[in-house]
Amino acid sequence: MNFFIISLIKVALVAFVLLTTLAYLQWIERKVIAHVQLRVGPYRVGPHGLLQPLADVVKLITKEGLVPSHVNKVFYLMAPFVAVALALTSIAVIPFGPEIKIGPVDTWMQLTDLRIGILFVIAISSIGVYGVALGGWASNNKYSLLGGLRSSAQMISYELPLALAVAAPLLLANTLSFREMVNYQSGYWLGFIPRWNLFPEIIGFIVFMIASFAETNRVPFDLPEAENELVAGFHTEYSSMNFAAFFMAEYANMVTVTAVATLLFLGGWQPPFPAPYSDAVPILVFALSGLIALYHGLNPARRMDKFTLPATALVFLGIAAIFGLSLFVPVLNTILMALFWFCGKVLVLLFVFIWVRATLPRFRYDQLMRFAWIFLFPLAMINLLATSLIVALTTK
Amino acid sequence: MTALLFLIFAAIAIFCGISLVVQTHPVASALSLIGVMGSLAVLYLLLGGEFIAAAQVIVYAGAIMVLFVFVIMLLNAGAETPTFQASSFVKYLGIFLLVAFLGLISFIIQAALPKTEGVVFGGFQGTTADVGRKLFTSYLLPFEVVSVLILIALVGAIVLARKEV
Repeated sequence: MNFFIISLIKVALVAFVLLTTLAYLQWIERKVIAHVQLRVGPYRVGPHGLLQPLADVVKLITKEGLVPSHVNKVFYLMAPFVAVALALTSIAVIPFGPEIKIGPVDTWMQLTDLRIGILFVIAISSIGVYGVALGGWASNNKYSLLGGLRSSAQMISYELPLALAVAAPLLLANTLSFREMVNYQSGYWLGFIPRWNLFPEIIGFIVFMIASFAETNRVPFDLPEAENELVAGFHTEYSSMNFAAFFMAEYANMVTVTAVATLLFLGGWQPPFPAPYSDAVPILVFALSGLIALYHGLNPARRMDKFTLPATALVFLGIAAIFGLSLFVPVLNTILMALFWFCGKVLVLLFVFIWVRATLPRFRYDQLMRFAWIFLFPLAMINLLATSLIVALTTK
Repeated sequence: MTALLFLIFAAIAIFCGISLVVQTHPVASALSLIGVMGSLAVLYLLLGGEFIAAAQVIVYAGAIMVLFVFVIMLLNAGAETPTFQASSFVKYLGIFLLVAFLGLISFIIQAALPKTEGVVFGGFQGTTADVGRKLFTSYLLPFEVVSVLILIALVGAIVLARKEV
């Protein structure tokens, strides 16, 4: 019984945080791209556009869900559901932190641990393409169909380098479970270099990141929804929540992919510095951000909006104080430190995704395929072979 | 609990299998096949074969069926029209005879085979590492032969698909 209650609490918590993150990821993306292009981005709804995601959700829900007369109704309505359901499933096997003990309760910061967790994520992502492919086909529209076809071809091609890049750290750690993978990466070489798979597997990491851009249909590989040739690609005929479902699926896939990259290559929740130093980092980061925000907010030269920045500064300073207080409560400290490092690494990778979108142009379709098969696939293969050779030579 | 799950997913597998044959549209048939493979993966999982289950989903439901769906969409195959109209009497008699025939065959097979212990849920305790070890020691020759066979099929497909110069 205890197990069910704890699981329910954890599922509710993770679902709430994940859905909020998905909504705000879009806000972050718009803001970052705007600032890269010297614009301000969403600014009208709430302070600095902070309530924009809420407004978007309300708008999309209250819109009429239009079903065009020429579509294949069953598949047309099924496609966004398939896409979003599969995209949200993967989070169930992602561990966010170590085992924690709160009073009598003893649990992991993870929904469920599978011995084949990594295979599970690959399996879910490999059937995730059906949402896009079906949506494109069922719309009965040439642009949509082309988008769906491109998506299937692209996913099949990039799945190979992705799987090969994942296989190399698996060889090193000799496990398929995310928990053991993170435990393998604990500790430090020479006392200060973290034992992350990133350093021996730097090629694997780069291949994984490139392939995951293609897997999530992101720029520079967003051919399935190339606006200038395919109108909007596979979701041309979709409106209201069906349309939003495809977007949620895309962002959920991004979160999953970056979380997997963090767990496989960046040591999961393991801090990059030994314990006494790593405990101070979050306090410093939040306190400094708070002080900078406070300085700019109270600057007399600032003529409008004297409220948002000081308020943000207070929030940041509060978080810094919580981190500081948690040094005296070991349980809280374990949870907060694990969350800080895990979320920090995931957010950095997500920022890279957005940064690339703001920077790079889109590939041509033949370039995309040639890049996958002639460059990325052999590179991943060589990396895997070299890793296996080293593993075979070093283990008895 | 496991028996209940088995019944549910076995029923889904059979339902999808029937739907695969009955559907007139190729995409609906392909999706039914994915349903069959997915429920088979769950059945493997119930037996304890976790690696086989994952491989089933990744290779069959993921890679191979995506290619099937891709080709169906690329050729834009429409719904088939039945070439002949059977009378309803023949249809219902056919279903009855088919069930009787399958029952007879399964009875004969069960009678002919020696009695063995039934399969137990979670009976296989093999981890992925065990599967790999067996594959590269006891079953190395069949494994390599299958790899060469697939390579030959690949080369053959490329030769057939190559444009005439």
